Amino acid sequence: MDVRIKNIRKEFARFPALNGLSLDIASSELIALLGPSGSGKTTLLRLIAGLEQPTEGQIFFGDEDASLKSVQERNIGFVFQHYALFRHMTVAENIAFGLKVRPADTRPAKSEIRKRVSDLLDMVHLSGLEKRYPNQLSGGQRQRVALARAMAIEPRVLLLDEPFGALDAKVRKELRKWLREFHDRTGHTTVFVTHDQEEALELADRVVVMSQGRIEQVGSADDVYDRPGSPFVHRFIGEASEVPVRIENGEVWIDDRTVGLKAEGNGPATLFFRPHDVDFLEGCGGCFEGVVVGSRRLAGARRLEVELGGSRHRIEVDVPVDHPAAMKSGLNFRPRHWAVFPTNG
Amino acid sequence: MSEAVSRYRDPAGESPTWRVLLTLVAVAFLAIVVILPLITVFYEAFRKGAAAFFEAFQEPDAIAAIRLTLTVAAIAVPLNLVFGVAAAWAIAKFDFRGKTFLVTLIDLPFSISPVISGLVYVLLFGAQSYLGPILKSQGIQIIFALPGIVLATVFVTFPFIARELIPLMQEQGTGDEEAALSLGATGWQTFWYVTLPNVKWGLLYGVLLCNARAMGEFGAVSVVSGHVRGLTETMPLHIEILYNEYNFAAAFAIATLLALLALVTLALKTLLELRYGDEIAAGRKH
Amino acid sequence: MTRWRQPSILPGFGLTLGYTLLYLTLIILVPLAALVWRSTGIGWSAFWALAFDQRTLLALRVSFGAALIAAAVNVVFGVVVAWVLVRYDFPGRRLVDAIIDLPFALPTAVAGISLAALYAPKGWIGQIFAPLGIKIAFTPLGIVIALIFVGLPFVVRTVQPVMAELDREVEEAAATLGANRFQTLAQVVLPMLVPAILTGFALAFARAVGEYGSVIFIAGNVPYVSEIAPLLIVIRLEEFNYAGATSIACIMLIISFCMLLIINMLQMWSRRRYSNV
Repeated sequence: MDVRIKNIRKEFARFPALNGLSLDIASSELIALLGPSGSGKTTLLRLIAGLEQPTEGQIFFGDEDASLKSVQERNIGFVFQHYALFRHMTVAENIAFGLKVRPADTRPAKSEIRKRVSDLLDMVHLSGLEKRYPNQLSGGQRQRVALARAMAIEPRVLLLDEPFGALDAKVRKELRKWLREFHDRTGHTTVFVTHDQEEALELADRVVVMSQGRIEQVGSADDVYDRPGSPFVHRFIGEASEVPVRIENGEVWIDDRTVGLKAEGNGPATLFFRPHDVDFLEGCGGCFEGVVVGSRRLAGARRLEVELGGSRHRIEVDVPVDHPAAMKSGLNFRPRHWAVFPTNG
Repeated sequence: MSEAVSRYRDPAGESPTWRVLLTLVAVAFLAIVVILPLITVFYEAFRKGAAAFFEAFQEPDAIAAIRLTLTVAAIAVPLNLVFGVAAAWAIAKFDFRGKTFLVTLIDLPFSISPVISGLVYVLLFGAQSYLGPILKSQGIQIIFALPGIVLATVFVTFPFIARELIPLMQEQGTGDEEAALSLGATGWQTFWYVTLPNVKWGLLYGVLLCNARAMGEFGAVSVVSGHVRGLTETMPLHIEILYNEYNFAAAFAIATLLALLALVTLALKTLLELRYGDEIAAGRKH
Repeated sequence: MTRWRQPSILPGFGLTLGYTLLYLTLIILVPLAALVWRSTGIGWSAFWALAFDQRTLLALRVSFGAALIAAAVNVVFGVVVAWVLVRYDFPGRRLVDAIIDLPFALPTAVAGISLAALYAPKGWIGQIFAPLGIKIAFTPLGIVIALIFVGLPFVVRTVQPVMAELDREVEEAAATLGANRFQTLAQVVLPMLVPAILTGFALAFARAVGEYGSVIFIAGNVPYVSEIAPLLIVIRLEEFNYAGATSIACIMLIISFCMLLIINMLQMWSRRRYSNV
């Protein structure tokens, strides 16, 4: 089932949470909504589900305008951040709930429900735990019960809100891999919300980067990491060193010298590059030239703080642990990949 | 394109119609069960006019009843205040075996009929008891006198302050006190400057409830009082006498005083909850 | 392990616990022990005869029956009131919330004479029912009315905080799974409230069984018909029939203890079963 979001706007008490936003999600795609808290990603997920009503705009499931339907009629699977399991029901009762509440004419027979529950328990590797209550399960097990419960109603779209947010780091990694396999096996159109870029990049077919109620960029992990479309995306995904520069005659200038980088446009701009993605040079005919003013050890590298000559702007670059650069020593380098964005105003 | 109708529903709420309906049911129920009786008190008190109302307070027996009620509360409330603070300190700040059982014992008077609360003292100190003749020979009268009334009131209002303080002090833990002690404060200083300020609003709240109940207690006091007019009659007992004499206007006039006491208590309680909600709400309301 | 108390650097444990135990013993335990001791002095067969005499049995039946009905009514309306107060916003909500505690704060004798006036055949409510041939005051129905008044805050104040802590996401989850609002309330919300509702019911019931002041004015106090057990204790005392009073009190005490036990067990059960998920 493909999902199309058209010009959706959502206001909470006159405060805009989403600002006229559109997004097409292809059938069977695994999409991550990535952004800091307050970016509107959870609101967007809840709008798709029907848990919120849009102020304006439409949401289509296939060709059908789903925004006119209530949450019950949309037939979506929603996994809540804290799972929202029914704590007075056993695992099996939780999973069967969505089938049992159907009107008599569409409700499967009891034996059929039992079979479906047992199949789903198999699928999420929880067979044998059907009689347990949610508070007798570990966090990872609860997460999978919540997923099985959502899958029981054979949803057209699967929506997950911070699916790994409440788990500890080790379980999170395992479940992440497992969810990817699960998606590839079932082929459901899946949208999940996360604030963890690593999670989004590793798991999703496409990542939707959001900020302040807008979509900043949509693309594959390679797209958003290697070709960030805005300063926000560059800062939010991966690490960024920034230098205020000027573009003139197709060259990037720092103060009165060029640094050997070509660029389009004209006027003041900001240059972004990844601290670990630089070439160190011996001599310098048009490159970054600076003095090491700080050094600290990262896991697999050493991060240097470098004060650039002239502008005295400070930036960070990573060097191998055995790099000879010492405090006050000079350093010449040039970023291997970079992006410039014009400075507004 | 015609404007399609959205069938959106608040997924975690009732439809507006149901909201209005349920609100009306709740408000109507409260109006009939709680508010009408309250209005009736004042209506009946003034039915025969303001003169009859004020006349009820001129009567010496009424004045004696009011004085006795104030006396009883003035003795019973401080007694239970000291107990409540001591019990809360021992139970909330320390861990020991049998704590749960002790708390259950403190709650006991809540689940005992007030009549039985009075009866136990009659059986203990009354003329027919084993202690009765001894007390009589010493010229001490407990039952059908002030001491009995105070004892019965203390029994009935026993848990109020402790019950208010224990969860509150438990929630606050012992960190503040340990910090004060480590800074060189004595035990008393710690209690006075650290613990007490932390629980003062909860304490006031407990005192208010205890006081309201102490002044209004009827069943327990009725059993031990002996109903001597002008001597062992508290306000609630005086109301009963007046009512049974068909002196309704006077009965309701005295009743307005107690109703006002209840209203003031409720108003103060609401005010305290609004301003210091988290300081008195431990484990009870949110 | 074998220490009966955890070590602590805070002072005053001995003093405060000692005072607590002393005061508790003198005010509560010794008098209650006197009651129990006196009842043993009656002798089994005499106790039996007194406790299960026809008038006593009927008085107990009136007390327990009326308390049961009143607590049931309070559960139904108390849950609605608590729900409205927790979930809806309407003008005067705070006032309504504050008024819930009135039955708790209003002296029972005041409530008693006021309810009697209200439900008497000429009272505001009584006169509505009088033409229909329904007498409320001075009948067992009046007792139920008084006990509804007395028990209401216990149900509302027990259920309300539990409702406030309900996780809305659970209701949303039910909705995403296709449950309509009624199904969500009946199958998801209500079961989570059951322990609190039962506790509130038990508290209201326990209070109502022993209630005296608010009942005797409206009850009519006809022996065998509308006479409550606490009143019979008072009557026996006035007849200087101490054995009779003691035996009724003993039965009521035993039942109260059982109620207390049930309430505690309910709370333990709900803590275990419904601990945080």
